[in-house]
Amino acid sequence: MHLYNLTLQGQTAINQAIQGNFSGLPKSQQEIVVGRGSALELLQLDTVTGKIKVMCHQDIFGIVRSLLAFRLTAGTRDFIAVGSDSGRIVILQYNPEKTCFERLHQETFGKTGCRRIVPGHYLAGDPRGRALMIGAVERQKLVYIMNRDAEAHLTISSPLEAHKQHTLCYAMVGIDVGFENPTFACLEFDYEDADNDPTGEAAKRTQQTLTFYELDLGLNHVVRKYAEPLTDPGNLLIAVPGGNEGPSGVIVCCENYIVYKNLGDQPDIRCPIPRRRNELDDADRTMLIIATATHKTKNMFFFLIQAENGDIFKVTLETDEDLVTEMKLKYFDTVPPANALCILKAGFLFVAAEFGNHELYQIASLGEGGDDEFSSAMGFGENDAAFFEPHELRSLIPIDSMDSLSPLTDAVIGDIAREDAAQLFTLVGRGARSHMKVLRNGLEISEMAVSDLPGNPNAVWTVKKNIEDQYDSYIVVSFVNATLTLTIGDTVEEASDSGFLPTTPTIGCSMIGDDSLVQIYSEGIRHIRADKRINEWKAPPRRQIVKCAVNRRQVAVALSGGELVYFELDLNGTLNEFTERKLFNADIACMTFSEISEGELNSRFLALGTVDNAVRIISLDPNDMLMPLSTQNLPCPPESILLIDTPNEDGKGVASVHLNIGLQNGCLFRNTVDNVTGAIMDTRTRYLGTRPVKLFKVQVQGRSAILCTSSRSWLLYHFQRRFHLTPLSYANLEYAASFCSNQCAEGVVAISASTLRIIAAEKLGVAFNVQSFEHKMTPRRIAVHPTMPCLVVIETDHAAYTEVTKGLKRNQMAQDVEEMASDETEAALAREIATNLRERKLDERVFGAPRAGYGKWASAISLVSAITGEKHSHFELPQNENAKCLALVQFSKHPDAVMVLVGCGVNEILNSSEVEPSDSNYRPVRGCVYTFHLSPNGDRFDFLHRTETPLPVGAIHDFRGMALVGFGKFLRMYDIGQKKLLAKCENK
Amino acid sequence: MALPGERFHVLAQLEHLQSKYTGTGHADMNRHEWVVNQHRDTRAFQMSHPGMNTYIAVVENESRARTRFNLINRMIQPCGPPPEKHPLDDA
Repeated sequence: MHLYNLTLQGQTAINQAIQGNFSGLPKSQQEIVVGRGSALELLQLDTVTGKIKVMCHQDIFGIVRSLLAFRLTAGTRDFIAVGSDSGRIVILQYNPEKTCFERLHQETFGKTGCRRIVPGHYLAGDPRGRALMIGAVERQKLVYIMNRDAEAHLTISSPLEAHKQHTLCYAMVGIDVGFENPTFACLEFDYEDADNDPTGEAAKRTQQTLTFYELDLGLNHVVRKYAEPLTDPGNLLIAVPGGNEGPSGVIVCCENYIVYKNLGDQPDIRCPIPRRRNELDDADRTMLIIATATHKTKNMFFFLIQAENGDIFKVTLETDEDLVTEMKLKYFDTVPPANALCILKAGFLFVAAEFGNHELYQIASLGEGGDDEFSSAMGFGENDAAFFEPHELRSLIPIDSMDSLSPLTDAVIGDIAREDAAQLFTLVGRGARSHMKVLRNGLEISEMAVSDLPGNPNAVWTVKKNIEDQYDSYIVVSFVNATLTLTIGDTVEEASDSGFLPTTPTIGCSMIGDDSLVQIYSEGIRHIRADKRINEWKAPPRRQIVKCAVNRRQVAVALSGGELVYFELDLNGTLNEFTERKLFNADIACMTFSEISEGELNSRFLALGTVDNAVRIISLDPNDMLMPLSTQNLPCPPESILLIDTPNEDGKGVASVHLNIGLQNGCLFRNTVDNVTGAIMDTRTRYLGTRPVKLFKVQVQGRSAILCTSSRSWLLYHFQRRFHLTPLSYANLEYAASFCSNQCAEGVVAISASTLRIIAAEKLGVAFNVQSFEHKMTPRRIAVHPTMPCLVVIETDHAAYTEVTKGLKRNQMAQDVEEMASDETEAALAREIATNLRERKLDERVFGAPRAGYGKWASAISLVSAITGEKHSHFELPQNENAKCLALVQFSKHPDAVMVLVGCGVNEILNSSEVEPSDSNYRPVRGCVYTFHLSPNGDRFDFLHRTETPLPVGAIHDFRGMALVGFGKFLRMYDIGQKKLLAKCENK
Repeated sequence: MALPGERFHVLAQLEHLQSKYTGTGHADMNRHEWVVNQHRDTRAFQMSHPGMNTYIAVVENESRARTRFNLINRMIQPCGPPPEKHPLDDA
């Protein structure tokens, strides 16, 4: 058996992000390269719209573990070093012409896989780009020397080893030493003594070390220069700019402290990481820095460091000569906790969030002034902590956000919201920033305007007045018995002087020549010159025009009875009928001209579909005018037809011509047309919907794209080197035309029922339109109501407080303050503080939920509408009960009712082997099952009873009118009772 | 090639392997050493795979950076201190 899979949505998590000038653009236009697990992406920032654009997405068929941007001395372009699971170091360069990453070097050093001793996890570069260090979690470190050859190509040396046995590595960074020998700093732990000491003393005694490795460029080898034990274990290193730009050295981010260290006479500068004032957090919990970013200009530098709860601090250093005298920390703002932070020179901060959507902020100020500044010079003692008050965003302005579905805990697929197309309900996120996201296959459409029209419109076009115009001038709407012309300006208003005949429906209209307009209606063709002179061509008596095709120089009309009349614009700007008329056996159903190739005046082909199930390509070459060139037979009559040019990859050479045919049975045929002989080749079919398919040419990313309408609307467009045919996640459209104005460069004006809409597709290349509903804790499991559009969701967080406990804790804190007051004035003050404490509730979605200690659980069960996301019912479990599994059970005793059974653990402890039962906090681990009655119309559930089980419940399943419950190594069958579930049998 | 020193040669090769690949077993390996190696390999695997790291972070409701930090810390002495060496073990 062979199973193939197709990825609908690639990874949306960002594990690594680096900024730099990768495509060699001017200096201020920095780009971001992100590692998304198995793919690399290049992101560019559109500074005008403030949107993030994905320029390139490349699968690497491996796992990206680390990324590093580096440039050679005096270079202007950054290279990308990739540490992966391939056992190789790979150097990439971005090629903006081909929009792909090109491999410059690939040096093998070990086995594949993410292994303990195969380098790839850490990457560090000398700031001058002279050397790279790549390291493993344990033991191995390799240094590569980078240089230029005579042709200025990047060269890489053979690896130099800096291995050390029994040594774990926590972090690695290249120190800025100017042009002295490249030096790298690593946070290491040597476990050799601990491994040989049965008493366990050595493990406690051994300290983490900050180790410096120096690459001697003269001798071509690496020496372990110096190792300094650290009192607090660290997890991150930040390189401080050196040379002429700063004091050099490193900042070690330790638990609770950040410490500046350097070689030489420099004393350690140490500053505690500030904590939030009056937070309900577990007091024993240490502070940890999770992400950092450095900003450096010619005369200043600063760092942004982010703590676990998302608080960002700005770190600056005060220097005296070469020595650092003071380190200052200032609370900046709070953003989602990040895997990586990137500060762009243009003044933006990109936050690649650990969980949930990635955010882009504009840096409006650098957080100067105000309080909440802490300094190493304030003389914090060993156990002193600094406190600050978090605030809403002050220095950052949110600009854009990238959807992320990571981490995805559970999902269901189906047409639950009753929309005729399946939706994916996904549980996404962690803690207070969780969501239920509803994914619908389709492009997200942004709506610019919706306006009601009198009556039911049939068709719409946009027309320019002059060939020089950048934007469209008129919107022409055709009704059953009238035509309405609207001018496009700051507002859209009815136009009276356009020259279009208002009293008849229109079949087609366009600009023709340089500055005249043409309107085709059933009785004739109206040619409106720029000076408002009007030339009319009348259709023969008792014959009507049924279809038409127009471009800048040519007009073709089909008369009823299958007759084709062809016109061409002559040099004086008048329309001349071709001497011959062509008669077909059947009525003409649709027509289109091919696009005018560069350097030519006229279209070369006319494609026309006839009701006898055929499409013909007709030559418009003067030598064989109106001669049929080729025919494509169809399974049913065509409805609409469109010829589109597709330029080659490199933009050079002759474009290929694609013939698109929309059929009445709802299929789309796509063919390639030979642009010399007109032969039709290479047919592809796609079913679009139940209604006849109409095709409309629109603009997407500067290229022709096709909007197809059927029972759903689709967009066929070229993006990132391939064609995408994607449904639109939007109201059904009946007719459309491209729309270009100064507010909207690549829009579409469309008719939907009796409204005129101006819309645009922005998130190209994305398969799903996402709708988000908020949840307060990590959602774990989802179940669907059997008949109604609603869902049951259980959410559980470890190390969290329930709302009830949070209230109690706040109260306790407030009481403590009140009790501490000794006299009357203090008591008044204390009461005020206490009231503040009781009412102080930070928005957990922004600031995160307070962290409780290990083994504390909070859980909730909710009933959510699949359509509106509204919570119909919500049930919070008591503290330390964690909902683990969920099932809808139909008991045979109550055939008309559906029960929701939620299996829980009580007092469960993660990694229980690490907690001693003798611990004072130890409580017996048990389990329980909650039973709820789910109302038949899906608007509520009601708590029935709670059943104790001896162990945490891992699984529940509906089984022959009873519930099958699994816990520990037991499987037990329960039937429903009045006061609890009744155990019926159990496996032995 | 049957060289006279082949027996030692194999031994030397084995020693070379053991020094090159941390965790390679040997005849005198005891239970504790083996288990410790398994644990260290597992922790290194868990912290190296981004998805695995995320998974553990979600379960423990910790940040990914702390999960990673905890996992490396657990590599130091994953199974407690080594057992007392029996005097007869040392040859």
